[in-house]
Amino acid sequence: MSVVFEKTKGLTDKPFHYCPGCTHGIVHRITMEVIEEMGLLGSTIGIAPVGCSVMAYDYFNCDSYEAAHGRAPAVATGVKRVHPKNLVFTYQGDGDLAAIGTGEIVQVAHRGEKITSIFVNNAIYGMTGGQMAPTTLIGQKATTAPLGREEKTSGKPIKISEMIATIPGAVYVERVAVNSPANIRKAKKAIRKAFEIQMNEEGFSLVEVLSTCPTNWGLTPEDSIKWLEENMIPYYQLGVYKTPEEGK
Amino acid sequence: MDFAGAKSTSILNYTSKGVILLDRVLMKGNEAFGAAAIKAGCKYFFGYPITPQNEIPEYMSRELPKIGGCFLQAESEVAAINMVYGAAGSGARVMTSSSSPGIALKQEGITYIAACELPCVIINVSRGGPGLGGIQPSQADYFQNTRGGGNGDYRTIVYAPVNIQEAVDMIIEAFDVADEYRIPVIISVDGVIGQMMEPVEFKNMPSRNILPKDWATTGTKEERKPNIINSLYLVAEDLEELNWKLDKKHKLIEEREVQSELYNLDNADLVIAAYGTTARIAKSVIDDLKKENINIGLIRPKTLWPFPYKSFEDLPQSVKAVLSVEMSTGQMIDDVKIGVKGKFPVYFTGAPGGSIPTTDQIIIKIKEILGVEK
Repeated sequence: MSVVFEKTKGLTDKPFHYCPGCTHGIVHRITMEVIEEMGLLGSTIGIAPVGCSVMAYDYFNCDSYEAAHGRAPAVATGVKRVHPKNLVFTYQGDGDLAAIGTGEIVQVAHRGEKITSIFVNNAIYGMTGGQMAPTTLIGQKATTAPLGREEKTSGKPIKISEMIATIPGAVYVERVAVNSPANIRKAKKAIRKAFEIQMNEEGFSLVEVLSTCPTNWGLTPEDSIKWLEENMIPYYQLGVYKTPEEGK
Repeated sequence: MDFAGAKSTSILNYTSKGVILLDRVLMKGNEAFGAAAIKAGCKYFFGYPITPQNEIPEYMSRELPKIGGCFLQAESEVAAINMVYGAAGSGARVMTSSSSPGIALKQEGITYIAACELPCVIINVSRGGPGLGGIQPSQADYFQNTRGGGNGDYRTIVYAPVNIQEAVDMIIEAFDVADEYRIPVIISVDGVIGQMMEPVEFKNMPSRNILPKDWATTGTKEERKPNIINSLYLVAEDLEELNWKLDKKHKLIEEREVQSELYNLDNADLVIAAYGTTARIAKSVIDDLKKENINIGLIRPKTLWPFPYKSFEDLPQSVKAVLSVEMSTGQMIDDVKIGVKGKFPVYFTGAPGGSIPTTDQIIIKIKEILGVEK
C-alpha cells in the first residue's frame, strides 16, 4: 500500500492550540510542506510573532525565534545577515504586521531584505480576544469597536499587499486566501514562489493570506469561510501585486 | 564562521585600507570603541544616528565591509536592537550603540535579549535628559543602565570606563564576558569620553571560558532538534524556573565580575564616589586638596552592575563622610548608600542636564561637609 498523504516533516508532533476552524492550521501546514518539498527544512529559520501563532516555534520543525510584537522583520534581518544562505521567514498576524509592525515591514521591503513574510490577515486581534485591527472592515464589530469600525474615527482598513508592492525592494507580493481547496493550493504555490525568490536572492517577498477567526468573529467555522468570501475577498482582492519582472 | 571571536594578535598600521591597529594611536573615543569591537571579533553592527555617538556607526560603516562584516543602519533604535537579537541568536558577535533617548527605545529589545540569554554589547554614550534632553554629556542614565528600563527580573553587566584606553580594554573584554555569561553588556560612557581624543593601544585581553554556541539558530541540517530562541513561558512554574536560573547567573556575576578603582583611601577624611568623567575631575580635586593637607579618597566603580558595594562596606570608621559626585541629580548615590550601610553620612554634588561639575564646586562641597574654612 502506498502512502498517498502524510503529515509533513516540517511540523512537529505537538498538537496545535488553535481554535476549531482557525486557518492557522492550514497556513502552518502548507508553509512547512513547501519548505520540506524544497529540501530546506535543515536550513530554515523561522520567526514567529506575538499573536495567536506566538507559539509557532513549537510547531515548526526548524530553528525558530519568538520576536517582540511587530519586530519580526528586524529580527529576520539580523538572522539573514548572519546566515545569508539560509531560508529565513517571518510569520505574522495583522495586528503584528499592520499595526505595531508597519515600520519594520516597510523597511525590510525597502531594503530588499532577502527574507519572506507570511502575513496572516484575519481582520481582527485574535490572541487578545477580538479587538479591532488595522485590517478590520468598516462596520465589522470588534471588542474595541463595539458599534463596528467607523471610517471617520479609525480610517479605512489598510491594504498591505498594495502598499508593499509599491516598494522597489519588494519583488514578489501576492494576496491569497485559504477558504477553499482551490485557493489553498494557490496559496501554497504563492508561498513556494516567495521562498524560491528568496533563495534566488532576488529581494523581499510577501504573501498575504486571508484567514478566518471563528472565535472572535462570533461565527461557526463554516460561516467564517462564507464571511471571508463575502466580505474580505471583495475588499482585499486576491492576486499577484508584484513580480520580479515588473520591478526590472 | 568563527563564533568564538577571532582576535587579531598582530598589530599593524591604521590606514584607510581597513582596521589594522597600531601599537599606539590617537583616536576619537567613539571611533576607538568601534575599533575595539572589531578587534574583539565583532562582525555585525546595527545602529541608528543620534548625537553624540554618530562616529560609532559611521566608523563601523567604513570598516566592517573591509573585513567581511556587516554594517546596517536600521530604521530606528527599536529595529536595531531587534536586529541585534536576531544576529546574537544566530551565534554572531554583534554590537549596537546609541545615546540616552535611543537607549530608552531599546529597552524592550534588551529585556528580550536578556530573557533569551543572548550575548551582545551595547554602547550608551550618555547625554542630558530626561526626554529629548540635550546633546551635552551626562550620567543620568545610571538607573536606565543598571536598573534597566525593560520589564521583568533581568540584569545587564554595565562597564563604566574612565577614559578611552579603559573603554577599549573593557569593550574588547566585553564580547568575551557577554559570551561567557550569555548576557547583554552595556558600556556606559558619557559624551565627553565618546567625543574626546586620546592615545590608545589595542591589546589582547585575557581569554575567558566560552562554551560553543550550540544553542544558536544556524539551521538544523536535519541533524539535531530545532534551536528555539524564546522568552514566552505561559506556565508560571516554567517562568519561575527561568527567573531563578537567571538569578543564579546574576549572583555568580556579582561574585566574580565586580571591578572598582580605589584611590588614596589611606587616612582619607572623606571619600568621593564617582565614575567616568567625574572620576577624572575627582582625582584633580584630590590632588588639589592634598596641597591643603586635606586627605580625600576616591572609590571609582568600574562596573556599575555588579556594583562594588564591598568597597564602600570596607571603608574604615575614620572616614567622616562619603560624597557621590555625578553628572545628574543623583542616581549612583542610591547604590553608594546601600554600600555604606548607614555607617557614614552620604552627600551629593553634581550637575545634570549636560553641565559638568567643576573642581571648585566639588571642593566647596567637601569643605562644607568637613567644616573646613574655604
